[in-house]
Amino acid sequence: MLRMYRLMVLTRVLDRYLLRLQRMGKVALYAEAMGEEAAMVGSALALQPEDVVFPSYRELGVFLTRGVPVSEILDRHLNTVDDPLKGHEFAVFGDRRFNIVPAPTPVSTQIPMAVGYALAFKIRGERRLVVTYFGDGATSKGDFHEGVNFASVYKPPIIFICMNNQYAISTPVSRQTGAATIAQKAIAYGLSGFRVDGNDVIAMYFVSRSVFEEVRDGGDPVLIEAVTYRLGAHTTSDDPKRYRSVEEVQQWMKRDPIERMRTYLIAKGVIDEEGDKALWSEIESLVSAEVERSLAKPGLDPEVIFEDVYAEPTPQLREQIDEFRQQLRAEKVMRR
Amino acid sequence: MTVLTLAKAINEALRYEMRRDERVVVLGEDVGVNGGVFRCTEGLLVEFGPMRVMDTPLSESAIIGVALGLAANGMRPVAEIQFSDFIFGGFEQLVSNVAKFRYRNAGHYTAPLVVRAPVGGGVRGGMYHSQSPESYFTNTAGLKVVVPSTPSDAKGLLISAIRDDDPVIFFEPKRLYHSLKEEVPDGEYTVPIGKARLVREGDDVTVITYGATVYDALAAAEEVEKEGISVEVIDLRSLIPYDWEAISRSVRKTGRPVIVHEAQKTSGFGAEIAATIAEREIYSLEAPVIRVTGYDTPHPLVHEHLYLPNKDRIVNAIRKSTAY
Repeated sequence: MLRMYRLMVLTRVLDRYLLRLQRMGKVALYAEAMGEEAAMVGSALALQPEDVVFPSYRELGVFLTRGVPVSEILDRHLNTVDDPLKGHEFAVFGDRRFNIVPAPTPVSTQIPMAVGYALAFKIRGERRLVVTYFGDGATSKGDFHEGVNFASVYKPPIIFICMNNQYAISTPVSRQTGAATIAQKAIAYGLSGFRVDGNDVIAMYFVSRSVFEEVRDGGDPVLIEAVTYRLGAHTTSDDPKRYRSVEEVQQWMKRDPIERMRTYLIAKGVIDEEGDKALWSEIESLVSAEVERSLAKPGLDPEVIFEDVYAEPTPQLREQIDEFRQQLRAEKVMRR
Repeated sequence: MTVLTLAKAINEALRYEMRRDERVVVLGEDVGVNGGVFRCTEGLLVEFGPMRVMDTPLSESAIIGVALGLAANGMRPVAEIQFSDFIFGGFEQLVSNVAKFRYRNAGHYTAPLVVRAPVGGGVRGGMYHSQSPESYFTNTAGLKVVVPSTPSDAKGLLISAIRDDDPVIFFEPKRLYHSLKEEVPDGEYTVPIGKARLVREGDDVTVITYGATVYDALAAAEEVEKEGISVEVIDLRSLIPYDWEAISRSVRKTGRPVIVHEAQKTSGFGAEIAATIAEREIYSLEAPVIRVTGYDTPHPLVHEHLYLPNKDRIVNAIRKSTAY
């Protein structure tokens, strides 16, 4: 339980740093995780390392729970020379070593792909799971329907986790669907749906663990709706004051998943006030040291923009690479 | 060598690859029990079973998205979209997800998948069974786009596409599926992606084309030969990447390029070829680049033969070119 708490605190601290780094102009764009840590950490803790995650762009707590080093996430967002995704896109994270497939930003498009990935496990008879995360807005899109529907026919080992954080940018969930819950959408596909208090990390962990093990044993795909709240903005380009009241946010602040777990742990005697303070300050200095290290790293080589388009560049692309190099050389000469 | 139609050659390529490599799977609407509406996947379900030949829901975005997931996870999927006119249901998957997959994840995962789709008109299919949407995809980095015009090329290029480590959109000209036959090499046979085919040698005019209009160009070449005009015909076979060497070699010889395709004129792939000729071979030209294409309308049901770049339209273009 202390591990759950620690991972949530780590997520919160790193999330705040990434937000500040964006405000300093060091990060292009960032999608905050604040408020959703329990749903992220609780579900990811129930996964095995060989299971594969298809996140959207907000699942920082999932990445940390899967053991991704803080330094790597910073390198990713700061696009340093060690950025595992070579600066090709902002906000998203992925790394094959941690079985995390980076998200496409167009909402819900990772869902059919995750189904296909899980289907390959089924074809080969591997006992591995795929978990895909998406928001409440994604459930209005065709790819949610097409992906879940396809999964209901071929029944690959996949769990769909909807992080219902109440908003798609400014649009409340009441404008996404006339259905009372998202979980109930599973019924129409002949699948089971679970609605979980996504701000309760223990609930999230136990529901995920039992669902995951059922699916691992050959059970049908499952839809989990984690009811949570995005305490921060949609991204650093968003101002939530335009569309929701301070009172509403304050109501949800009272249900802050980290505060809830802290209260619980103190009541249970797992940690005391002093120990809690020490934990926060230890994580704070750990993250701040990593931030310093990443900030000192050099950036990526300009030619990186031509990498990973194809296994081998096409002749047309090769010519453009040559043109680009000549242009760079000419600019260097001009600067001299 | 076995005499095969283009549809049978596709079937032969799929069967050959599925026997050779158990990672190869086929998925799409009506591809299993029914063997595909054009019969390209006939018999595969019986031989390879329902987990390698998957009848899918009527769900283009899922077909392409699932194929991408299979490819990322070590399989070699060949997805069939029943008509290229229906590919737009999976357009976002192709453009946002498949095409950018390798780039987005910096090569951690790759997308070795093939999307097959019948393309083009000439079968009285109207606006939703006749389109040539290739330029939407040639304008998208990360995809390869291939269009065979003979049974042998269909087999050899499809096998190359399945073995390619990048996503390939494989457009099969539907009016050629059952209308022509030729001897196709048995067993192992590949045709490299990115190499054009010199269909006919000539000295006066170069017709650059691909897909079903290769045959209209040939018919036109034969007709103007009676007038003493010698026409070279190049079948591009692959649009991304395309064989600039083959185009420039021929344009340097004739100085008179005519580009032919079924897709509508404005922003069609011919515009790319014309622009590159203008950039690189302006001093070789004896006549302006001429395009013979579908018109900028939806593909019509009635009078379709007047809309398509038929033999007569190509003959006129060749004559116009030689008049300069």
